[in-house]
Amino acid sequence: MTDREMKLKSVYLRKSLLKYIYKAKAGHTGGSLSCTDILNVLYNRVLNVDPKNFKNPDRDRYIQSKGHCVEALFVTLANRGFFPESDLETLCQYQSHYIGHPTKKVNGVEQNTGALGHGLPICVGEAIAAKLDNKTHRVFTLLGDGELPEGSNWEAFLSAYHYKLDNLYAILDYNKQQITGSNEEVMNTGSVRDKLETFGWSVKEVDGHDLKELEAALNNGPFETGKPNFIVAHTVKGKGVSYMEGNIKWHHGVPSQEEYELAQSELTEAEAEI
Amino acid sequence: MKKYIDQGKNDTRSGYGAGMTELGRTNPNVVALCADLVGSLKIQTFIDENPERFFQVGIAEANMMGIAAGLTIGGKIPFTGTFANFSTGRVYDQIRQSIAYSDKNVKICASHAGLTLGEDGATHQILEDIGLMKMLPGMTVINPCDYNQTKAATIAIAEHHGPVYLRFGRPKVANFTPVDQKFEIGKALMLNEGTDVTIVATGHLVWEALIAAETLENQGISAEVINIHTIKPLDDEAILKSVKKTGCIVTAEEHNYLGGLGESVARVLSTQHPTPQEFVATNDTFGESGTPEQLMEKYGLNNKAIVEAVLSVLKRK
Repeated sequence: MTDREMKLKSVYLRKSLLKYIYKAKAGHTGGSLSCTDILNVLYNRVLNVDPKNFKNPDRDRYIQSKGHCVEALFVTLANRGFFPESDLETLCQYQSHYIGHPTKKVNGVEQNTGALGHGLPICVGEAIAAKLDNKTHRVFTLLGDGELPEGSNWEAFLSAYHYKLDNLYAILDYNKQQITGSNEEVMNTGSVRDKLETFGWSVKEVDGHDLKELEAALNNGPFETGKPNFIVAHTVKGKGVSYMEGNIKWHHGVPSQEEYELAQSELTEAEAEI
Repeated sequence: MKKYIDQGKNDTRSGYGAGMTELGRTNPNVVALCADLVGSLKIQTFIDENPERFFQVGIAEANMMGIAAGLTIGGKIPFTGTFANFSTGRVYDQIRQSIAYSDKNVKICASHAGLTLGEDGATHQILEDIGLMKMLPGMTVINPCDYNQTKAATIAIAEHHGPVYLRFGRPKVANFTPVDQKFEIGKALMLNEGTDVTIVATGHLVWEALIAAETLENQGISAEVINIHTIKPLDDEAILKSVKKTGCIVTAEEHNYLGGLGESVARVLSTQHPTPQEFVATNDTFGESGTPEQLMEKYGLNNKAIVEAVLSVLKRK
């Protein structure tokens, strides 16, 4: 896939996730738009996963700790061939497998997530298991910045350093906003980079909407032998839709018909410019 | 009645340690985790023999549960070890979301359960853990009665696919079950057949139930004693069969009456065969400091309390 096709795919994924959120009248819109580029790069340039043989024990692992942004994950998996995109017509509906947080009932989903602060500890276990069996696959997780204050994350930061898990990659979707307001207002984490480096991780900062930068960081690990990898991906909540960008209302907001049509037309314009 | 011989007092946590030693030698997928309580959980031999399969996580129980869940994705069978309090209440969200809801093959092994932890007092004496764990869909809950049975249970749960809560204790207690007795999850054990009353006991209270049955026999009362080591899934059939014969029942456990074995038994009886029941359990309270014997006496969890409960339930037949 060319770089241009990758860019087009990001726009397509944004249009698609908005479509299903609009239809379901539910979803985490702002956060899904902020991590769309990260998921696009992961599933189309980084992860060694096979939709036809997902259970291959040598697959790279991806666990989405910020499970509430499941819409971005579902459209990316569908687009990658894990299931027909039309399945998402039932998103968040009664008896659908495509519920409001990731579930293993969906092909391609590694782990049920949704309670925050769970993804990283599980990935530590997976990374330990890989080392124990001398496997070379990598383990990735996507953290939301709002879940950083969960103590279990900091317990996991310690243990990943202790066990020298250089096969572990934690990506922070750093849009700097959460449901109540800015990270700084809700719980000021200060410099994430400084804290993670102090905890013994190797840290890179990237533009989380720059596909080339993301790919370069995610595909060129370990950053330092024997150290777990932390990628601070600077993002914008609601990325791609002008009136949603940086507006906390869209954390859990669902667009009206007029807003939906405006969002789609903005994305169509963006597509034309690529 | 049948005589049971104490083969020499021993702690159930050492039974866990012995079971882990055997699993270390026989099952290469078994891995052990511990939150800085290696000595208390008696797993040093497992660690010495399998250093690469032991993971010290420090005092970070939530992380231990998450790591265990992740290890199962790599095909391992993780056994987590800490006190019962920190194996359940402290990490309930991790167990609920990442283990039970995600159907992870994690064995949550919990020592120092109940009042018999003794001197350290209420913060560490959890009396609510059976309730917490049995409410989780898919969770198996086991509370063995002595060293031999705890060792056998430890070995047995490695062969069972799915999350398990294995609860055991700190003090040295009578070791009376046969050394070679196979442990069958969910299968109650008939210890003494009787006709007047059924005593269903779990954990440390099983030995007390046997002493109580002897006392009762001397008073001309024939007590049937059943060892319910598995609280979930409960052996409904064994309980129903017994009460249809005796017509009344006493349940005995080192746990709050709310949420424990007694309530599980009451559910079975109320829906299938309503029967007078008395509870030997703590009465919705926290513990305190003291020796195990002092505390079990004060909170009514010994053979004397079981005898009193039997005399009481017999009047309601």
